[in-house]
Amino acid sequence: MFFQPKTATVKATTQKHVVDPALQPWVEKYRPKTIDDVSAQEHTVAVLQKTLTSTNLPHMLFYGPPGTGKTSTILALSRQLFGPDNFRNRVLELNASDERGISIVRDKIKNFARQTPRAQAVASDGKEYPCPPYKIIILDEADSMTQDAQGALRRIMETYARITRFCLVCNYVTRIIEPLASRCSKFRFTPLDTSSSTARLNYIALAEHIDVDAAVIDALISTSSGDLRRAITYLQSASRLSSSTTPPTPITPMDIQEIAGVVPDPVVHDFAAVLGIDMGSMTVDEPKGTQKGFEPIQKKVKELMREGYSASQLLTQLHDLIVLHPTLNAREKSKCAIVLAEADKALCDGADEELWILEVALRVHKAVSP
Amino acid sequence: MSFWWSAHKNASGARCRPRALDDLHYHPSLSARLKSLAASGDFPHTYALLRTIRHWEEDTVTCTLRQLFGPGVEKVKIDQCVFLSPLKRKIEVNIVQSNFHIEITPSEAGNYDRVMIQELLKEIAQTQQVDLNAKQRFKVVIINEADSLSRDAQAALRRTMETDMSNMRIILCANSTSWLIAPIKSRCLLLRVAAPSDTEMQTVLTRVARRTCFDLPPEAAQEIIKDSGGNLRKAILVLEALKMQSPDLSGPLTIAKPDWETYCQKVAVLVVTKQTPARVMEIRTKFYELLSHCIPPTVILKAGLTVAEGIVSQVDKTLKAEIMHWAALYLCAEVRMRIGSKKIYHLETWVVKVMSLYKQSFYQFDISKFE
Repeated sequence: MFFQPKTATVKATTQKHVVDPALQPWVEKYRPKTIDDVSAQEHTVAVLQKTLTSTNLPHMLFYGPPGTGKTSTILALSRQLFGPDNFRNRVLELNASDERGISIVRDKIKNFARQTPRAQAVASDGKEYPCPPYKIIILDEADSMTQDAQGALRRIMETYARITRFCLVCNYVTRIIEPLASRCSKFRFTPLDTSSSTARLNYIALAEHIDVDAAVIDALISTSSGDLRRAITYLQSASRLSSSTTPPTPITPMDIQEIAGVVPDPVVHDFAAVLGIDMGSMTVDEPKGTQKGFEPIQKKVKELMREGYSASQLLTQLHDLIVLHPTLNAREKSKCAIVLAEADKALCDGADEELWILEVALRVHKAVSP
Repeated sequence: MSFWWSAHKNASGARCRPRALDDLHYHPSLSARLKSLAASGDFPHTYALLRTIRHWEEDTVTCTLRQLFGPGVEKVKIDQCVFLSPLKRKIEVNIVQSNFHIEITPSEAGNYDRVMIQELLKEIAQTQQVDLNAKQRFKVVIINEADSLSRDAQAALRRTMETDMSNMRIILCANSTSWLIAPIKSRCLLLRVAAPSDTEMQTVLTRVARRTCFDLPPEAAQEIIKDSGGNLRKAILVLEALKMQSPDLSGPLTIAKPDWETYCQKVAVLVVTKQTPARVMEIRTKFYELLSHCIPPTVILKAGLTVAEGIVSQVDKTLKAEIMHWAALYLCAEVRMRIGSKKIYHLETWVVKVMSLYKQSFYQFDISKFE
């Protein structure tokens, strides 16, 4: 009786560090293991390949939009350089979830940077690793480091350059102070092109034994706009949803759109029609004499907001619709663009969504009505 | 009296709050979705986006947790947590937690929400579930008011969300996604929770009435729904209040407005009736009164806007175009208020600007030359 729980605990401790792969997010599960696996980014991969053979690695600065493989690349590279056994003591990874004020730079980073790299441990998996005589410090999400902390890094980077390499990873290269940026060789990560995203998504779908047709992949790529991580997250969510219903239903492009929070096209078209944008045949047989003006617009906006659509998403889609519109002239389009840009700024500052959508609606209405 | 009140509250407020996903009466598709997710044991990071109706999404989250972990999640306790800011200042926050989940409102920590996120999440992420009978290996962290998280705090979430996924799942609740940074959005599953439609609200209200054993006349229900503006909790509370006032709910209904709202309306009336510097001074004292009672300035502005609109459109139909202007001014004031620190300036700018616009259009008098 008493022993039962105890044996259970023993079992639990033995399996402690094993994460059930079925529960792992696919983003982690299918993170590239070697830098050859990194999708797209041929230029970066080609340069980094060279460093694998020579023992020379510059300080690096990776920048680019989210989900393009920056963190994956550097992790894969260091893993290939050092192998699993040396990885622990040769690589220090700090990200925005760690305290990275100036004190940490002075203590933790400096201490790690000045240690002489330890002798190479024998690789337990029997493979040969180059294991060059330096350590790597990865500063992930470096654009959220304060100016002071970045300033403190400057000299450290130079003094210990012989035994330590830095890799800064960030979204906005402009947030990195100039002296730091000039010490690194920069690698720009571009949003993924369609073919490589498709290939990767298909590979994952195959490995996970789920059926996806081309339409679903297209929907994934168009909603994620070059962000592979987002596409994979969506795919995983969609497959979870579809497989857990009974009986399992195939994934449809509609599912993807709902998960991605995209406002359905008919809703956007309706909205545009109320604003007085000529939707031609696209509108759902609306009577010609619908009243335009303040009240119907206000009513429509209220309705949209109660449906819970995201304002920024709505603006993006409205923008696409206006910019690609066949009959609006350039002046009208540019007026609309100004309005949309202002609204985007305001929303980023945290302004009230409903009122800004109303404002956009009214001003677009004014711009397009003769 | 108070006893009656609480008893009644129990009757309609608490008793009718849903406890399982099956009990949620609106958005059946969403409930089904959540249920299937919870059943699969492989629950993603989520952020729920919702409007105006806090209560609904709270319920959705608690129901989801119940589905995930069983009834254990209902045993909650409130703890006080103390953090040290980088400058060794103590920050105290309240957290609600059970064995399986923890609920935090980082905006309580003010500017130090980043510290709170870092410390708390690290702590949770590094501890494993000790209860062997638990249905899930992970703990759920609910972050309320995620749209008021500072950028730093959001950045602090990024990598933790990926690396420590085996021990912890995060649910972010937000009113809007505009403020959330793209890296967070790309790591989460989005659930859109729309406000209930009028018919759905009607069903719920009738159901509440039936449970408490009385009949709700449809006209009364319509009146309440119109007043609540998609906020179901408000609707249910109003229903209770009305029931107390007139037990049979017949005859004309007067829905009592909160007193700050009537006060705001008074201010709006003051703006529209007379436009002089003296009047501005008078309004200033009123604004201070409102602000010192902790009414958020955006709420004051919003109430002022709707009331002023109402009055103007009654007075003069041709002034409709001006209203658009007012709204635009409102927006300026609102955005500046978020960035600035002294709210009263922006409130007053708005009032003065509206006054001048009103005078211009009313007397056909163009003062733009004087600017």
